Formats: sequence, structure tokens, C-alpha cells
Amino acid sequence: MGKTTKLLAAFCGFSLLALGALDIQAKTLVYCSEASPEGFNPAFYTGGNTLDATSKNLFNKLVEFERGTTTLIPGVAEAWEMSADGKEYTFHLRKGVKFHTTKIFAPTRELNADDVIFSFMRQLDPKNPFYKVSNGTYVYFNDMGMPDLIKEIVKVDDHTVKFILKSKHVTMLADIAMDFASIQSKEYADKMMAAGTPEVIDQEPVGTGPFQFVSYQKDAVIRYKANPDYWMGKAPIDDLVFAITPDASVRYQKLKAGECHVMAMPNPADIAAMAKDPEVNLMQLEGLNVGYLAYNTMQKPFDNPKVRKALNMAMNKKAIIDAVFQGAGKVAKNPLPPTIWSYNDKVVDDPYDPAAAKKMLDEAGVKGLKMKVWAMPVSRPYNPNARRMAELIQADWAKVGVKVEIVSYEWAEYLKSGQAKDHDGAILLGWTGDNGDPDNFLATNTSCESVGGNNYAEWCYKPFEDLIQKAKVVSDQAERTKLYEQAQVIFKEQAPWATISHSLVSEPLRKEVVNYKIDPLGGHIFYGVDLK
Amino acid sequence: MAAFFLRKLFVLLPTFFGVTLLAFVFIHMLPGDPILLMAGEHGMSPERHATLMKEFGYDRPYYIQYGLYLKGLFHGNLGQSIITRKPVLQEFLTLFPATIELSVCAIFIAVFFGLPAGMIAATKRGSVFDHAVMTGALAGYSMPIFWWGLLLIIFFSGILGWTPVSGRISLMFFVEPTTGFMLIDSLLSDQAGAFRSAISHLILPALVLGTIPLAVIARQTRSAMLEVLGEDYVRTARAKGLGPIRVIGVHALRNAMIPVITTIGLQVGTLFAGAILTETIFSWPGIGKWMVDSIFRRDYPSVQGGLLLIATVVMLVNLVVDLLYGLINPQIRYMD
Repeated sequence: MGKTTKLLAAFCGFSLLALGALDIQAKTLVYCSEASPEGFNPAFYTGGNTLDATSKNLFNKLVEFERGTTTLIPGVAEAWEMSADGKEYTFHLRKGVKFHTTKIFAPTRELNADDVIFSFMRQLDPKNPFYKVSNGTYVYFNDMGMPDLIKEIVKVDDHTVKFILKSKHVTMLADIAMDFASIQSKEYADKMMAAGTPEVIDQEPVGTGPFQFVSYQKDAVIRYKANPDYWMGKAPIDDLVFAITPDASVRYQKLKAGECHVMAMPNPADIAAMAKDPEVNLMQLEGLNVGYLAYNTMQKPFDNPKVRKALNMAMNKKAIIDAVFQGAGKVAKNPLPPTIWSYNDKVVDDPYDPAAAKKMLDEAGVKGLKMKVWAMPVSRPYNPNARRMAELIQADWAKVGVKVEIVSYEWAEYLKSGQAKDHDGAILLGWTGDNGDPDNFLATNTSCESVGGNNYAEWCYKPFEDLIQKAKVVSDQAERTKLYEQAQVIFKEQAPWATISHSLVSEPLRKEVVNYKIDPLGGHIFYGVDLK
Repeated sequence: MAAFFLRKLFVLLPTFFGVTLLAFVFIHMLPGDPILLMAGEHGMSPERHATLMKEFGYDRPYYIQYGLYLKGLFHGNLGQSIITRKPVLQEFLTLFPATIELSVCAIFIAVFFGLPAGMIAATKRGSVFDHAVMTGALAGYSMPIFWWGLLLIIFFSGILGWTPVSGRISLMFFVEPTTGFMLIDSLLSDQAGAFRSAISHLILPALVLGTIPLAVIARQTRSAMLEVLGEDYVRTARAKGLGPIRVIGVHALRNAMIPVITTIGLQVGTLFAGAILTETIFSWPGIGKWMVDSIFRRDYPSVQGGLLLIATVVMLVNLVVDLLYGLINPQIRYMD
């Protein structure tokens, strides 16, 4: 054996070392995340793993969601007022909020109005010097209609900021509690710009949140430490580590071996075993999402509500959920999930009754119907296996004489073609809530304005539209609730979708993890979490 | 030899440009575009889509985009990832050492075990050992990497607790990436136990990645040896009274090595393909996983740059293999 071979043998160490899994020091919480973050500026991205790695733990917003709920609570704005016409929001900023001190940046001042204005104007104003830094696309900011909504942001004084809107918008507070509205340090941005490296602020983040960034090794690990100066008090854990582990089965093995304390996105097939595992605490919560089959209501015979209703009644949703979700889903009867306020539980779902469905189709003059059902090429929480779902629908509808052809396209193409008003048949899709407001579900997916866009049913129905538009401008939540409840009744009657599923979000953690709360908005928030 | 080397290098040039063109064409032939994928279910208005396509330069004719890409290449610029907004070369160089480390160990396992197994199987043709090696090789070659990896994790990490489940080093250690090779960096870090931890993390993924090359090398060695052992010069060597070790080790093996070396060279490409799955299972931060993610996200610059760099590495390895022929068998001359 030559020298080289010996060296390689030493290099690889081919003697199986009887090494147990190494324990992590106390007060270091390890989270097995599913993927690398796309970057470290939450304003650029919409991916859940990126937002977990940034806004959920590193940054604050003016207004925040209370951990484990969709209730709005003060963030770095300790109070706010809305003008009588609903077009002006004045935020009073908290004093004593400090930005993180890192290897490359030591803040000389606390958070003030300049930081708030910078964080929004970077996304709003194409002339802002940071607008094009890192090729920022500001997807969420644009999706939520902020450029058309915000007229001006005014600094009243160092700790008061006024947002002047072009029109009244009752979901403004919920919108700016979202991740894209994370408050960044203007002082840091200016310093990096002066150094000729403005893009660094998007790679080495500085926020005011409970944890601060330490290091990142792509596809391997992200390290954070608790922010000792956090305005709500230091986090109970000292260090937070994201161990990036793409495969769900491997994440589970790591959890069992004690190599991580919390894991993201378990395999539905592993849920039963996790529930029985003595080392694992399986937490579950109904997800803030809905999976649906949208009929193209501009196309015959789906322009007839009776036909849509009949097809819904020919679909055995319970069997579909059991097969596709394997216990991690629930039948949906409304376009809103049950966890959102204004959910109308009094709505009665269409019964599974193939005989009645066939009769209704006959009455509508529909015989020998041949149609397409679009199956998504990707897995989503609201539909982990669209192909399987489409096959089950195909089998159900065959019983009432409807012949289904299942089609699928590449994901971006699927979405683009599905938005075309003349797309063929019915399309499987879904929606995950962004901010806990019913408007984010109904106006985004079923309003007349969204026809040709996110309204994949291409459905515009005036009585429904009037209700959801009125709910947009009414401030009183009780009144809004009534409007949305009525809207759900109309939705059930008109049946532009077959509402199919709400997922059950499962979060497996080790037993030593305490005070963890599942975020109904799908994030992983580690402030307040402790280890026994 | 020098002329041969230069000629080979000259042949590499058009191959290199062919790869740039193929990578460009293939990624642009895929349906969908990166801008729409960024928006996901949220969708994007046609106006906003058009604005962003313009900002990224994807509204231009393909030949202009390709020309700009080549222009960048001449300046050593592979472009910037449209997802992470970092230079492609920087991303590649950050991740590539992990793949190299894993691949070197995998090929070492394959050669270390595959070569002797094939040799012994050939010399003991028809024996129980021969049948065992061939059956094992067939099983190893046929086994899906994903399944094999998970099986090893469940057995060695889950049940026996001998090896860690995944990753490159225990999270207890904070090793600064100096060279990018964890075994070297862990030694440089002077942290007690870091090197041991790095090795324990490498064993299973290297074994999984090395399984298919091991099977191929064992089979190839066996068949090459069987052919050579029947040659006249081997019979002559035996007739001269040379010992079996000298006959097999010097006369037979040396001649049988030509096709085996070719096979090993070709396995480098296979290793990169296998690395995609192995890296995913073992959370190994290498280029395999990065390339797949880039393709799914239609990150054009990363896919083009990554393919080009990987193809270059494979071409260079094959060039080295060509040069090795002469060292193994001096009868081979580098001439036309």
C-alpha cells in the first residue's frame, strides 16, 4: 500500500467509530429545517423556510402577530391611531429598541422613524438607492398591493411615523404585520453603502429581534445567538441552530437521535409513529389553508351552478382526505379555514350522494361530460399529493358518467395557464393565509378583480362581490364577521369551487422542549421556547 | 507526451463551448420562468412580470442572452444567482469542496474494496467467493441510493447509534471553513474531537455514494482479469516458475488495469450524479443538491455555471485518466 493510499485511508477513516450522537450543550436549541434560506432579507422572498430564518426570529415589525395566534399585538410600534376617514395610520414607536451588534456593525443609536421609512421606501420607491440592490423583487410587498396603496410615509418626529394611504384599507395593520414589513437598520444600510458593499445588508442581517445572526454555511447550518438587549427580554435559550436537513425521514431520525429538538414538515406517513414515540411530543393544529378544485365558471357547463353543485356531491371528500392526507387533513366546507375569525360553521356541506348528483346532472342536461382536471405537480400543505387526489376524483365522477382526463404542467406554467380565462375544466389548487384576515382568502381568490389572476374559478358574482367589498371598508370586526358569514353562505350555494381540504399542521418536538407554540401562519418562532 | 497533452487540451476547448451552449439551451427549453416561480401561488400581474423580466434581462432574444453569458465567461464572470443574489462562482466554490471530499472517499472505498474483490473473484472463478462477489456487485449496482442511504441511517444511526444521522460535523463544533474540506478544517481548528466527528459523519455517505462504483469496478476488474489470465504471456510467466502473487500482481493486473482505469475515470461522472441523492439524504452541503434546487427554481445563471464547472471537472479527470494509461502500460504511446 503506497503512501497515497495510506493517506487516503487516514483521510477517510474506514474503521467504524462507535460514536453515539453527540449531545448539544444545554440551552442550545437545534431546529431541523427543510431547506436553506434563499437569502436573509425577508422582503425579497415568500418561502416559509426563508422567513423562519429571517423575519420570524431576527426582525420585528411595527405590528406583530401574537405567538400561536393571528391576533395583532404591538411590535416596535407601541401604539397607533387611524384617522376618521381610514386613510392615515400614525404609529408611535417604542423607545429603547436596539439593533443587533455584529462583527461588522455596532449601532450608535436605537430604532427610530428613519429605520421604518427606510424599510418601506426601499420596496416602494424605485429611486431609493437600495431599491435595486441585490436585484430586490419585493414579491410580497407588491402582492399585497402596497405600491397602489401607500401614498406617502411621513416622519412626524423621531418616534412617530405616519402612513398616508390612497384609499381606506381595513387590513392595513394585518398587512404590515407580515414578514416583508420587517424593520431594517438605516444606519447599517448607510454604512454598507458608504463602504461600497450595500448588498451585505441582505446577506448578514441586522434586526431588532430576539435572536441575532452569527453565521451561515449554505445547505448545512445557520447559527444564531440570543439578543441580550431584546426589548421584550432575552430569550430563555442561549443559542439557536438551524440544521438544514432536506429529507423528512432523515429529520425524523435526527429528532429521535437527539440531534435536533424541533423538526419541520414531517412525512404524513411518519405521523402515526411520531404520536406513539415516547421521546416525541407531536403538536397539531389546523392549518390556515384551504385546498380546492376550482371549476372554470366561464366555461360551459360549469357556468351553471347546478352542475358544479352536482359534481361536488359526486365527490367523496372524506375518502379523498383519508387517502391523500393519511390523517393529517380535514374536509373543508368553506373557502375559509376554521381557524380564521368569521368562519361560518353553520354552513352545511354538500352531502356525498352520487345518485342525487347524477339526477341533478341529468336535469341540467349534462350527459356524457368529458372534462379535464388539473393536478398540481408540486406538494403543498393543503394538497400533499394532487395527482392522487385527481385520480380519486376521476374514479368518483366516473360513477356519475363524467369522464375525467387528468392533466399536469410544470409549476410556473400550471399557474400561468390556470389563470387564463379560457383554461379548460377544473383546477386543483389552494391557498395559505398570509395575515389571518378573511380578506386575504376571499378577495385574493374569489373577487371579480382577481378574475384572470388568482381567481382560478374565473368567478365574478355580484351578491358575493358586494359583501366582500363592503367588508374591506368596514372597520368594526363584528360587522365584518357578519358580512363574511353571509358571503360563505352564497359561496356554498354557487359552488365555484369544490372546497376539499384543510391540512392539519404537525410539529414534532422532543419532550424536553417547553413553551413551543405552533404558528397558525406556518412559521417557526423560537422566542419564548425553553429546554427542560 | 506534451504534444498529446496539448492536442487533448485543444479538443477540450470546443467541448467546453459545446457545454455552454447545451446548458444554455436546455435550461431555457424548460417550461416556466424563474420570475413566475418566485411569485408562486400569489401570482403576478402581467405588467409586474414584464418589468421584472426586463430587469433581469430575460426579455431579450436568446442569442443576445447567450452572447452576454459568453462575454461574462471571458471575464471570468459566471453571473449571479437570481435566488440568493450571490455570484455563481462563489456559491460553487463554497459547496464544491464538500462534494470533492465525499467523492474522493467514495471512490477510495470503491477502489479499495472493488479491485481486490474483482481480482480474487477472477482467480477463484466459480468458487463461492466468486459467486458472492458477483451477487453482491449486482445487488450494489441495482440498489436505489435513496433507499440504501435511509437503510444505513436507520441501522447504524437509529438502532446501533454508531454514526450520526446526517451533516458534516457535530453542531457542537464551530469549524471555520478555511479550505472547505471538513477533515482538514477540523484538524486545523484544534478542537478536540472535531476530526473524529467529521470522520464519523463521512462514513455513511461515502459508503452509499461508493456502492455503485464499487460494484462496477469489482465486475470490470473480474472480467478484465479473466481475459488477461488466459493470455499466453501469463501462461509463460507461470511456466517460468513465477509465484502466483507476481504473476497476478505484476503481469496480469497491470494489463487488466487499462479498462479498469477507464471505468474508474467514467465513474467520476456517475459520482456527481449519485451525489445529488446522497447529499440530499445526508444533508451534505455539496453541489449536487445545489444544482437540483437551481433547476427547480429555474435559476438560469446557477444551472449554466454549475453545469459548465462540473463538465470541466469531468473533462479534466478524463484527461488525467488518458495520461495514466501511459504510466501503467509503457507500450502505449501518445501518438496519432
